[in-house]
Amino acid sequence: MSTDTIVSFEEAMEKYDPVLGFEVHVELNTKTKMFSSAPNVFGDQPNSNVNEVCLGLPGVLPVVNRKAVESSILIGLALNCKIAPHCTFARKQYFYPDTPKNFQTSQYEDPICYDGWIDIELADGTVFRVEIERAHMEEDAGKLTHMGGATGRIQGADFSLVDYNRSGVPLVEIVTKPIEGAGSRAPELAKAYVAAIREIVKNLGVSDARMERGNVRCDANVSLRPYGREKFGTRTETKNVNSLRAVENAVRFEIQRHAAVLDSGVAITQETRHWHEDTKSTTSGRPKSDADDYRYFPEPDLVPIVTTAEWVEELRSRLPEPPAERRKRLQADWGYTDLEFRDVVNAGLMDEIEETVAAGATAAAARKWWMGEIARRAKLADVDPAALGVTPAVVVEIERLIASGAINDKLARKVLDGVLDGEGTPAEVVEKRGLAVVSDDGALQAAIDEALAAQPDVAEKIRGGKVQAVGAIVGGVMKVTRGQADAGRVRELILATLGVEG
Amino acid sequence: MAAINREQVAHLAQLAHIEMSDDELDRMANELAVIVDSVKSVSEAAGADVPATSHPIPLTNVMREDVVGHVLTAEEALSGAPDSADGRFKVPAILEES
Repeated sequence: MSTDTIVSFEEAMEKYDPVLGFEVHVELNTKTKMFSSAPNVFGDQPNSNVNEVCLGLPGVLPVVNRKAVESSILIGLALNCKIAPHCTFARKQYFYPDTPKNFQTSQYEDPICYDGWIDIELADGTVFRVEIERAHMEEDAGKLTHMGGATGRIQGADFSLVDYNRSGVPLVEIVTKPIEGAGSRAPELAKAYVAAIREIVKNLGVSDARMERGNVRCDANVSLRPYGREKFGTRTETKNVNSLRAVENAVRFEIQRHAAVLDSGVAITQETRHWHEDTKSTTSGRPKSDADDYRYFPEPDLVPIVTTAEWVEELRSRLPEPPAERRKRLQADWGYTDLEFRDVVNAGLMDEIEETVAAGATAAAARKWWMGEIARRAKLADVDPAALGVTPAVVVEIERLIASGAINDKLARKVLDGVLDGEGTPAEVVEKRGLAVVSDDGALQAAIDEALAAQPDVAEKIRGGKVQAVGAIVGGVMKVTRGQADAGRVRELILATLGVEG
Repeated sequence: MAAINREQVAHLAQLAHIEMSDDELDRMANELAVIVDSVKSVSEAAGADVPATSHPIPLTNVMREDVVGHVLTAEEALSGAPDSADGRFKVPAILEES
């Protein structure tokens, strides 16, 4: 593998103005495929979710999945697109073993969604509008595994194995217009854009949106031009960049590589590039040439899709609140600082906290539990906090038990242990583990007398007016009662016993 | 429109992994040339203002509900494959040795 020369990002930015473009493929989470009733399920036994249509056998007829069309329209509406009143499917022809019928059924001249936009907010609050050229319906290809050779890559492979379970899975391809003016924010914008698309399709419920499973895949186009020049430079397209971090890194790398090539007076070759996570670099794929003539023509086996205004408006009425607006509303409702809120978002706990607050906890309490004890335990168990097994109802009940004085914070943590160990609801755990705060003054008094007798010098200090020394006696009492006393009440009783004003 | 020649047919056959004899290549080149000519006469009749026809019948919105239907087993899916391994279709190396 050749190693490309690159210049520093800062150096590249001094001379060149980057122009970006993205093609993001979103796999829909319909139960069946785009054009056949075979199941759309990830991870099953190879070639067990296929039928004659997905295998491209002769004589089969595709039939469009209505749900997939509706999901596509929902995506278009969420991206502020126009919805075509009339659109068709087309055959995109090429020979490759992942596509058994030798064409991909796609859309060509008349995509179902077009002319949209999305506002992308960068970390510092800068808003950048990305214009959407189109979002069209198509189908996924099968999965190739290259065998033999040293690297598992296609180069040097002896043969390849094909699993067609993914063949025919509904895809929506979202294509941006050229994105100009991002400057040095280009890598950050790239990441934020793909993150926003992922969030939108997840929020719509139309895709599982798991990048590690390839539900959202990004092809990133990059070109550079000297500042002040209107004409775009020659672009490269880095394919299948499949994590948010990789999108940012791939765009940054291509900017640095293009700059080095241009600096040396050589023209950029228009080509596809492959991103390598291990070396954090791209390598040359195939040059774009006349081999890219896909000989599109209208798909004769599928009739056009007509979208009536009623249908589109019915779908529009189903749109959930856009994620960015929802975040703004929730942060305002909860009164979290920017930092607090960002931590909640990054921990993936926004939904949990929203439900916890809706179930009756204060926003502060919800944050305290989810971001504190629950997040800590999740980290130890190496799972997402939301997946630990604590429900919003549990948090609310624990908070109620604390507010009623039945348990204190320390006992609440033990209650959480019990809930996670499957011992039932928080109230049941309190009951079974005998965790209730000791509120019987008689029992507390005995413990206090014992603690005072054990530390006569401390008792003397308190009598002498050093009220802050009471902490040592409280600690002794808490130890004897195994943390089950109400520390505030204990303090009052100690001071009363010693005849000192708190 | 250039006529389809024998070399182009041989190239397509290779791409599609269809084994064809010399006789078959000759015959197919001739037959395809006739088809290309027929299409050409249609193209001449239709002006630039006529959109490409995908369907002769004005049908729209033929759709099905999102319900799982007919599925093959992996064994059935692979039964027509020239070669398979690990429950998957086995295909020749995609790139030539470079």
